[in-house]
Amino acid sequence: MTEKNIISVEHLVRKYGKFTAVDDISFQVGAGEIFGFLGPNGAGKSTTISILCTLLKPSSGKATVNGFDVARQQHQVRQSIGLVFQDPSLDDQLTAQENLHFHAMVYNIPGSVRKKRIDEALKMVELDTRRNDIVKNFSGGMKRRLEIARGLLHYPKVLFLDEPTLGLDPQTRNRIWEFLLDLRTRENVTIFLTTHYMDEAEHANRIAIIDKGKIIALDTPDKLKDMVGGDIINLKTVDDKKAADEISQRYRMQATDGHGELLLEVANGDEFIPTLVRDLNTRIISISLRRPTLEDVFLKLTGRAIRDSEVSSMEAIKSHMRFHGRR
Amino acid sequence: MKTAIAIYTIWYRDMLRFWRNKTRMLGSIMFPLVFLAVFGSGLSRSMGMLAPGVDFAKFMFPGIIGMTVVMSGFMSGISMVWDREFGFLKEVLVAPISRVAVAGGKTLAGATIATVQSIIIMALAPLVGVTLTPLVVIELLGLTFLVALMVSSMGILISSRIKSMEAFQVVMQMVTFPMMFLSGVFFPVNNVPDWLAVLVRLNPASYAIDPIRQTVLQTVQLPPGVPGLSSLGLTVFGHTMTVWEDVGVVAVLAAVLIAAAMWSFSIQD
Repeated sequence: MTEKNIISVEHLVRKYGKFTAVDDISFQVGAGEIFGFLGPNGAGKSTTISILCTLLKPSSGKATVNGFDVARQQHQVRQSIGLVFQDPSLDDQLTAQENLHFHAMVYNIPGSVRKKRIDEALKMVELDTRRNDIVKNFSGGMKRRLEIARGLLHYPKVLFLDEPTLGLDPQTRNRIWEFLLDLRTRENVTIFLTTHYMDEAEHANRIAIIDKGKIIALDTPDKLKDMVGGDIINLKTVDDKKAADEISQRYRMQATDGHGELLLEVANGDEFIPTLVRDLNTRIISISLRRPTLEDVFLKLTGRAIRDSEVSSMEAIKSHMRFHGRR
Repeated sequence: MKTAIAIYTIWYRDMLRFWRNKTRMLGSIMFPLVFLAVFGSGLSRSMGMLAPGVDFAKFMFPGIIGMTVVMSGFMSGISMVWDREFGFLKEVLVAPISRVAVAGGKTLAGATIATVQSIIIMALAPLVGVTLTPLVVIELLGLTFLVALMVSSMGILISSRIKSMEAFQVVMQMVTFPMMFLSGVFFPVNNVPDWLAVLVRLNPASYAIDPIRQTVLQTVQLPPGVPGLSSLGLTVFGHTMTVWEDVGVVAVLAAVLIAAAMWSFSIQD
């Protein structure tokens, strides 16, 4: 591995029996980068994170974090990383401070700086006034913030965030993100996150789009969006199927079906709209123009929307639930 | 040193939780208390003396101490399954500490809690007419802690393989009930049919109850001319077990189980 790459993954495979959850993926993450893993539930995001965090062993392939092999140098890897899991992993019968104290002890933070670090971490996530409250009484957002504080307590090189804002309201999500972005500029910690929220993935410097255990694209959000080409027109008509046929005949253009509307990729959307409105024989209900999102990139690459994949991967979600136990 | 700190930290957290959650403390001593109250007072009169100076309540009391330790020792396993279900175990498993330390800390915590609970039962000694001297209490604490270690490691061993709460509770009952009823908590084990006698001697709990009983009953004032209470003791192949022999059996079992628990918990997927 080169000095700049803090995470290096080569031909990583993980199988559960006959099912291949992670199918020969390779990528590198540079120090100080925010790296996003984007994909539907059951795509292999959590499995990859579990391997990088030494919770699962790879079936084959190699991965290093901070220069240490995740299968052979587990202690060194663990000391180098902080984790915020998808499901809460706090002891909710202890206070905020006691949770951090436990962490400080098992991560070998010397007694002389323990208290200072805990104070600092609690201040950072604005929980210093609630330090002696039992975690059970915290809101979802507060718990998540406390977990982030805990994950950073031992000054890790990489912070892994597995769906960090899942199940939180938009306001709390924004706050957590403000906080994470600020943190990165201040501490220069590398952030590795998985998400299936598009807007969340936009915060990353680079994104790997993962589907069915494979990385199908890896680039900056802007370059990924350029793959779609031009603008997206959302079109609703009285008969979408007829309209789609008409468009493909008239403009040699493929209209994709996206949940009760048609999506069109065009180079100059604002000039194309008047033409379309004039020419189309099927009556138009509504029409709008936007820049492509990562959702469109996923749709283009897989032919499915991320939310469709989630419905069709119910089986994966179920096995995921079994893996994590009942809540 | 690092491992010692890890074990201590894991132990300390369980102590905090135990202290916060007093209903749990009550929960695992309720059952033995009911047995003591119902069987002890209900059967004592009609059964008369089991040995000179020893009525059924006195006979059963040390058994109930042992029973409390066995019941609450298994809570270590419950606590582990609980941590797994509520996610906290993940925090522990990704920490830079060995799995051996995790299993060790959990086992110690379970054993400590079980010992504390047995003290509550010991405090009830005057109710059944038993007077415990300070020396006897110290002996009993040593015994109960050793027994608690054995049971607690068994709990951790089982919880390393059986991961859902429902399944664990079923298995725990399948293990604790025969251990209780086939151990001499409720009846002297020397005057039973052969099949039962064999099962009793295969049961690790028998070797836990016997020394506790011997230690408690040494406080009973024997009428003149009665040499001792060996008729109530556990015999193996005609040999009456001494306290030290029982302790030896329990210590070996505890060592094997704790090693097995640590090994089983360290296997990684």
